[in-house]
Formats: sequence, structure tokens, C-alpha cells
Amino acid sequence: MAHFKEANGVGEWLDQRLATGTLTKVLMTEYWIPKNINFLWAMGMVLAFTFKILVISGIFLLMYYKPDVNLAFDSVNYTIMQEVEYGWLFRHVHGVAASVVFLVIYIHMLVGIYYGSYKRGREMIWISGMLLFVTFSAEAFSGYMLPWGQMSYWAAQVITNLFGGIPLIGSELVIWIRGNFVVADATLTRFFMLHVLLLPLAIMMIIVLHFYSLRIPHVNNQECEELDFDKEAEKYKKGDKKGAKIIPFWPVFMAKDVFVVAVFMIFFFYLVFYHYNFAMDPVNFDQANPMKTPAHIYPEWYFLWSYEVLRGFFFSSDLGLAAFGVANIIFFLMPFLDKDKTVKPAHKRPMFFIWFWLLIIDMIVLTVYGKLPPTGPNAWIGFVASVVFLVLFVLLPIITKIDFNKAGGK
Amino acid sequence: MRELKILLIVIIFTGITYWGVEPLAHSVFHPHTPDADYTFKDVDGLNGVKGDASKGAEIATNCIGCHSIKSAGFEAPMSANDAAATYGVVPPDLSTAAKIYDHNYLAAFIKNPAVASKVAHKFDGVNKVHPMPGYDYLGNEAIADLIAYLGSIAPKDISAKAVFEDACSRCHSMKYAKISSTTQVDVVSKYMGSTPPDLSMMIRSRGDEYLHKFINDPQKLLHGTSMPRVGLTKESEEKVVEFMTQTGDSKKDERESLGPKVLMYLAILAVFAYLWKVKIWREVH
Repeated sequence: MAHFKEANGVGEWLDQRLATGTLTKVLMTEYWIPKNINFLWAMGMVLAFTFKILVISGIFLLMYYKPDVNLAFDSVNYTIMQEVEYGWLFRHVHGVAASVVFLVIYIHMLVGIYYGSYKRGREMIWISGMLLFVTFSAEAFSGYMLPWGQMSYWAAQVITNLFGGIPLIGSELVIWIRGNFVVADATLTRFFMLHVLLLPLAIMMIIVLHFYSLRIPHVNNQECEELDFDKEAEKYKKGDKKGAKIIPFWPVFMAKDVFVVAVFMIFFFYLVFYHYNFAMDPVNFDQANPMKTPAHIYPEWYFLWSYEVLRGFFFSSDLGLAAFGVANIIFFLMPFLDKDKTVKPAHKRPMFFIWFWLLIIDMIVLTVYGKLPPTGPNAWIGFVASVVFLVLFVLLPIITKIDFNKAGGK
Repeated sequence: MRELKILLIVIIFTGITYWGVEPLAHSVFHPHTPDADYTFKDVDGLNGVKGDASKGAEIATNCIGCHSIKSAGFEAPMSANDAAATYGVVPPDLSTAAKIYDHNYLAAFIKNPAVASKVAHKFDGVNKVHPMPGYDYLGNEAIADLIAYLGSIAPKDISAKAVFEDACSRCHSMKYAKISSTTQVDVVSKYMGSTPPDLSMMIRSRGDEYLHKFINDPQKLLHGTSMPRVGLTKESEEKVVEFMTQTGDSKKDERESLGPKVLMYLAILAVFAYLWKVKIWREVH
């Protein structure tokens, strides 16, 4: 038994037992962030906040939702949307946040790519982030099925069917995933379990990993300058706050983040109240009907680019599936495909800069054509954009090497 | 300045993506169609003839063999189920007909129901005959008298729910409003060729613009559908959509009144957050 002195107040009492003072220093007041950053560095906190909104609104929805093909649609559209006090608000918030969170994820990812924040020690930040992207995607897909509307059903039908293309085990795998030969009650209840338990649990654990992975390499900065964090921390603690190139997470970094989050919330709640159809597809307010195929089946906007890579190879579904598989894992490999041994923002890497903007343009083209009917010229545009996407990643090691050599290794 | 430049780039690329997946895709999925026509100018209607209600009362005896006119004291000759079994669908009560339907349309319908309601592709008169026979042999004057009579017995005011029940619920159910179709589901499914959908959430799945155009002329948006054009006046159709909104989007008013309050709160929060940020960062810049 260690020796404990009489505590002077609650704070000290807790500090004696849980070392809350040290913990606050480690996590907040002496967790150092570079000073030279812009508002894009707040996207992580915007994401954390949006995830919190998703969890809280999800808990409220969970109190009334019924995971049964005969009850699901009405529990959402009648009980929650019409009967429960402010049930509609929680559903709108949940639905819109699920869509907007992907916009912020994409911005967050592209910022990482632009500033090269995935290499030279920051590989685990990137990989854990990509794991979050994958688990968020699974979370979104499983959640989309729950209202049991037409698009819930048919998207589930089409996407689960994709696994049928895997050689040898494909057809068995589809049945195993669905728990039935077709998408049915068994599918709904297991997707419900994934959506409210397994995947959120995995996401929370990976978020912890993602935050932890930042500790040693530290957050990047706008000029990608390599900082001696210990030296800068000394400076800051001695009172040279203006001269130090770093700031503490709390309160300085968060002061900026809170402002960015507040502005983001204005945008978000504007969508919740006035402009929600993009996230809550009207087609999904028709109850699932296995006998009636909707005129157009398409995934939510954030899956369109990879869906278009799948459809792009319209002459061969096997080739499409292979390309789709590559598209879904290729971003994991960013740190290893980038052969430039320096960390610099894209505007200081001539060829990579072009590569970056081509990637964005190509992904937007894929997204837009992923929704349009794949007929006539659309099919060819989709094909070309899909090939460009793959070629960009084949070229990445080459152009980054050229940039590196031209810069003389600096 | 640099931050604003970056913000502008983010907004532009987000905006282009949004434009592509929403307005552009929707314009491809739902090509533009002409606005609803509440004058029904394509029909052979009253042709300007003014009717006499007192003469019309006599002509109405033609109707009560199948229809009830409860406001005039004529009950239905058969139970709803028997009538549905006989005709395929329950014949409507005519008490409100002249209130909710356009008079020109009504005249054209009495003359030739399948043509006026645009379901001649279904009731071609050879393989399948429309349950209501055409009365064009009565002539324009008699039909005008009949409509004048129906106008004289029609209510002055009618609720949104009553319009919906009279115009839609012989075939359609709306379970969130606890309305079941007056024709039994299996009977009406056989009559129409497929089950008429429940209308509870149509306001969210179709939106009011689509609903107005569709109710006004179903064939324009869903070519070949067996749903008839019913000839609602603009005012009555607005009541139908109003009732659908009350049912499927019942919290619309709450949503629209809460929105500004939440946004105002957040705007104030953002101002304070900005002031706090400036205060904190003054020490480090």
C-alpha cells in the first residue's frame, strides 16, 4: 500500500489516485501541435465531433427502431418521423451527418496527400486513418439498409452480389453474408448488429489508435518543416510563446478548432433543416419491394467513384471487380508508392502537384458518372476515368522519384 | 488571406461534385415535363353550355343505379364489397363530385370515361370495358344540366382529408392516416393490374412538384400506368397534397420553425468562438 496524504479538494484527490495532472499535461496542455497550420488542420476535430453527433443521434434512434423486415420501415417513417417528439430531428441529423462525414473524411484525406503527411514516420497515422475510412464505409453501408426502403434493399442486393465475383468461393460467400439466398430478414438483422455494435466498436478503437499514432511523429505543418518538438516545447514553457514554433493542444489548438467546428455546424444544420434530400434519398421513402426494381440503382454519393471504377469496365465484370478491389486498397499504399524521401507540400513538388489535381478531377468525374446511367458516351467516359485512376497510381512511384531527383534530394 | 483562398478551393470542388450528383443526375433521371394543366383543354367538355340544376335532378336518376349521392339522400344500391365485386372498384359517391372535379373534365368523363381519364389503353372497349358506360348520347345540354345539379348539392367547403378520401381512397390506402382503400386490396389489385401503392410517405418519396404533375395527368410522368386522370381542380389537388403532407411530413412546420432558431444559436456561438480564438492566439502570434 502506497502512502497517501490527506487531499486538499477533489482535484488533488483525483490526482493522487489517477495522476490526472500528468494526464492533462500529456493529452492536453503539453501535447504539442505546430503553429504554422491552416483551418484544414481542424478537420480531424470536425470529424471527431461529427462522429459524436452520429453516436448520440444513433442512440436515440435505437430506442425506437425495429430490425425486422415487417416493422423496420414503419418504425422509422411512422414511429420516429411522425410520432416521437423530435424523432424526425434525430433521423435528419443522423442521415445528414452520415453523408457529410464522408465529405470531411475526403477533405481530411486529401489534405494528408497534399502535404505528404503519410510518410517519413507518419505511415501508421495514414494506415490507421485508411482503416477508419474502410470501417466508416462499412458502417454507412450497413446503416443505409436499416430503414428498409427501396434503395436500402436494392443497394444491398447489388453490393452483396459483388462478392459473388470472387473466384471459387464467391457464390457461397454471398449466401454466407446475406444469411439467405436473397437479401431478407436475416440480412437486415445482421447488418443491424454490425451497424450498432461491431462496427462502431471497431471505429472507436481505431480512432484511439489513430490519435495515438500521432504522438511520436507529431502533426505535420503547412510548410512540412521538420521541428525539434522538445526544443520548441522548452521555448514555449519558458514563456517565449511567440517565438516557439509550436502550440499546446489545449487551449490554443482547440480555440481554433472550436471556431471551425462552430462554422461547420452552421453548414451542417442548414442541411439538416433545409437541404437533406442529397443524404436521405427520396426513393428510400418507398418501402422495400423485391418484386419492383427502381429505375435507377446507385449508391450514396461517397461510394460513387469506386462504384464507377467497378462499372467502368463495362465489357468485363471480372475486370471491373478487380479494378474495384484495387481502388479500395490503393490508398493504403500511398506511403509506399511515394518514392520521394522528403516531406513537402504538393506545390513544391512540380510533378506531384499535377498528379494531385489530376487525381481530384478524375475522382470527381468518376463520382458524377457513377450516378448517371452507364449508356452511350457515359460508359466510355466512365471507362477512361477508371483507367486514368489506375494509371495515376502506376505513375506515382515514377513521378515522385523524378521530383526527388530533380530537387537533388532536398 | 491564404485560409480564405483554401476555403474557396474546397467550396468550388465540393460544389462541382454536388452539382454533378444532385441537379445534373436528377435532370437526367427526370427530364423536364410541362406544368400541370388545370383547364383540361384537351377534353371535349361542357363546350360553354350552361346547365339548369332543376332539369339535372331528373337526369341524375341515371346515376343512382350504381352511385350513391348521400347529400341528396340517395344511398348506394349495393354494399361496397358487392359493388367492387360487380364493377371491379367501388363506384364513387357523387355528393362532392362537382366541388372537387373540374366541370369541363366532369362533362368529358360522363361522355366517355376511358378517354377523359386517359385509360383507353386499358379499357379498349373490346377486351375490357370501362365499368362506367359513356353517356355522350345524352348531349351537351343534358350533361350540363346534370353537372349543374351536382353543383347545387355539393358542399361549399370541404376538408383536405375529405378530398383525399373522395378522390384517392377508393383504390389507395394511407396507413399512417389510418385510411384503407374502400375497395378491398385484392379486388382493386385485380382491377388495376397491380396493387395501388400506399400513399403515406409519397410526399417524401415523390415531392410536391412531382405529385401535382402526376395527379393532374399520370400518363405524362408514368406512361402506360393504369391510374386514371381524375380531373381534380387546382384547389382540390392542393388539398390532396396538403393532406399527404400532413400525413407523411407531419413535422414540416416544426422543422421549418426550429431551423432558424438553431442556425441563429450557432451563428452566435461562432462569433464567440471566433473572439475566444483571437484572444488565445494573440499570445502566440
